[in-house]
Amino acid sequence: MNPETAQHLSDMMNQAQGYIYPNEVEIRWSVLIVTYPYLTGLVAGAFILASLVKVFRVKEVQPAYRLALLTALAFLLIAPLPLLLHLGRPERCFNIMLTPNPSSAMAMFGFVYAWYLMAVLLLEIWFEYRHDMVVWARESRFPMNCVYWALSLFSRDISERAVAFDKKAVRFITVIGIPSAFLLHGYVGFIFGSIKANPWWSSVLMPIVFLFSAIVSGIALVLLLYMFITPLRGKQIDMPCVDKIANFLFYAVIVDFSLEALDFIHRLYESEESIGILAQMVTDRLMVSLVVIQVLLGMIVPLGILILIKLLSVDSELRKLLYFTTAILIQIGIFATRWNVVIGGQLYSKSFRGLTTYKMEVMGLEGLLVALGVLVLPIITLIVMLKVLPPWPKEEAHGGAPAPAAAPAE
Amino acid sequence: MDRREFLASIPAFLLLCQAGGRGGGEALAEGTKAAKEAAEPLWGMGIRVDKCIGCARCMDACKTENDVPKEPFFFRTWVERYTIKTDHTVVTECLDADKGVKPRGMDERDILRSFFVPKLCNHCKHAPCTQVCPVSATFTTKEGAVIVDGERCVGCGYCIQACPYGARYMHPVTHTADKCSFCYHRISKDQGLLPACVEVCPTQARVFGDLNSVASPLTRFRRMEKIDVLKPGLNTEPKVLYSDLDGEVR
Repeated sequence: MNPETAQHLSDMMNQAQGYIYPNEVEIRWSVLIVTYPYLTGLVAGAFILASLVKVFRVKEVQPAYRLALLTALAFLLIAPLPLLLHLGRPERCFNIMLTPNPSSAMAMFGFVYAWYLMAVLLLEIWFEYRHDMVVWARESRFPMNCVYWALSLFSRDISERAVAFDKKAVRFITVIGIPSAFLLHGYVGFIFGSIKANPWWSSVLMPIVFLFSAIVSGIALVLLLYMFITPLRGKQIDMPCVDKIANFLFYAVIVDFSLEALDFIHRLYESEESIGILAQMVTDRLMVSLVVIQVLLGMIVPLGILILIKLLSVDSELRKLLYFTTAILIQIGIFATRWNVVIGGQLYSKSFRGLTTYKMEVMGLEGLLVALGVLVLPIITLIVMLKVLPPWPKEEAHGGAPAPAAAPAE
Repeated sequence: MDRREFLASIPAFLLLCQAGGRGGGEALAEGTKAAKEAAEPLWGMGIRVDKCIGCARCMDACKTENDVPKEPFFFRTWVERYTIKTDHTVVTECLDADKGVKPRGMDERDILRSFFVPKLCNHCKHAPCTQVCPVSATFTTKEGAVIVDGERCVGCGYCIQACPYGARYMHPVTHTADKCSFCYHRISKDQGLLPACVEVCPTQARVFGDLNSVASPLTRFRRMEKIDVLKPGLNTEPKVLYSDLDGEVR
């Protein structure tokens, strides 16, 4: 064994509290695995927000519709990366799709991912942008005209009939996309919730809790991005749009909070064999990340802010600031939620007699820097996408007249 | 009948034979299969908790036999020492593979009782690890041993999370999941040996055998002792059976 690893494990062994099984000294799923449900949650949430426009015809959210779609795609493209980096034998990763075990929840990953990427997001974005890509292919110079022509799959038809078909297709795909987004993140919750060996994870509520926390984080991310990008483009923030998004965020946070509270009360009321060690883990190991960051900063404070905005007539400038703060707090809170699930589930021994510790490396494949890289990569991908496929009309992007979609409403 | 007619009649003759013999043939085939299955061993292990003296020879032998890292973190089998104090608190420790029993560091007058419990993979009938492995690298052999195909494992660690007994670890050299295989390379038919831990146990605290055979020492152990398994509530149906197991053991 590598002497550094041996030293690291030896330190971990010394820091264990009570008795842990000897093989439990190593925290197997590290910060990289924390980023995976966080990223897929953002994908599902952003897509659900986008679907509000097309399926439920919430017109106010239209200015953020394309941004939400591109955000979902950018984050989805990077989502498998932490899993791949984490594998002990990454060169065999395709075995999961080539020879899947049908009884394994994890084996379905490739199929759920491929379905969501190919049948939902890429198709919807293609139909949504097809008309624009044909126009851009005609108007742009070399080499971008070729890029757009290729991206539009060499289509040239922008007749009314073709555009009407595009719209119909987008709506149809969105209708399929909503259960698919539920499947994507509910499935990630199932991966954890179906492990009966681990009482911290094993809960029938886990997929539902994951799903609603995903919706919360995705909506908050699109709100954050919209409020960040719009002033950068020299445009005014569309207040009815952000008000509406914040409104949905408010309801999603309430549902998420209720579900997590139900899970907590249910565990406490049942008080199964594991309750003692779980309580000890929360007080000794997760007090800051669970009670302070996840519940207080990530849920109660944002909820309080959103309630105050609803009760008091806050002017638009202060509202923007409060929305921005809320969205950031929610992001931190949801990341802490993922942390508490993934890392928390490994901090106590399955002997229920002791606790272990997680010491995050800074360097190394499973370290902080790589995790930060994984979190920054989707943003870089999104920036590239926003350049190639701007969610706003092109002339506006180059300082032309503002288009109605992004026009300020106040 | 000339040669040409004879050759031409062969397919028709074969068809007739097949149609006539189908019923009896199938019954015979099924009977042979059932007999073969009955003859196939179903490996299991019995552990007499009262016989274990905590010498840790089994831990050492297992590490040597199976190339398990020598450091005291990863084990295919390990021995726990339980110390029940007079105030009914429980102290649990894992023995060192090379040193065995460690001094307790507590006043002996405070000790109510103490015992050793060897642990290993339970080779569950409903193994959670085989259920969750995304690539079927972990599987149950026809003899009931749950083993890992190191050539197929992707090293995702899902099986490690799913095992309720902490019996699995990620091998730091191969980067694939590893666990007790009942020393499959030793017990398979052409070898006919015992698992290394059973072989070296000086008190015969470990009993290895065929759960299907009436003559097996394991079947006798099962019949004569009061048997318990670890974490029965999880319905994994372990094939590692314990006698004289204290209720404090997890």
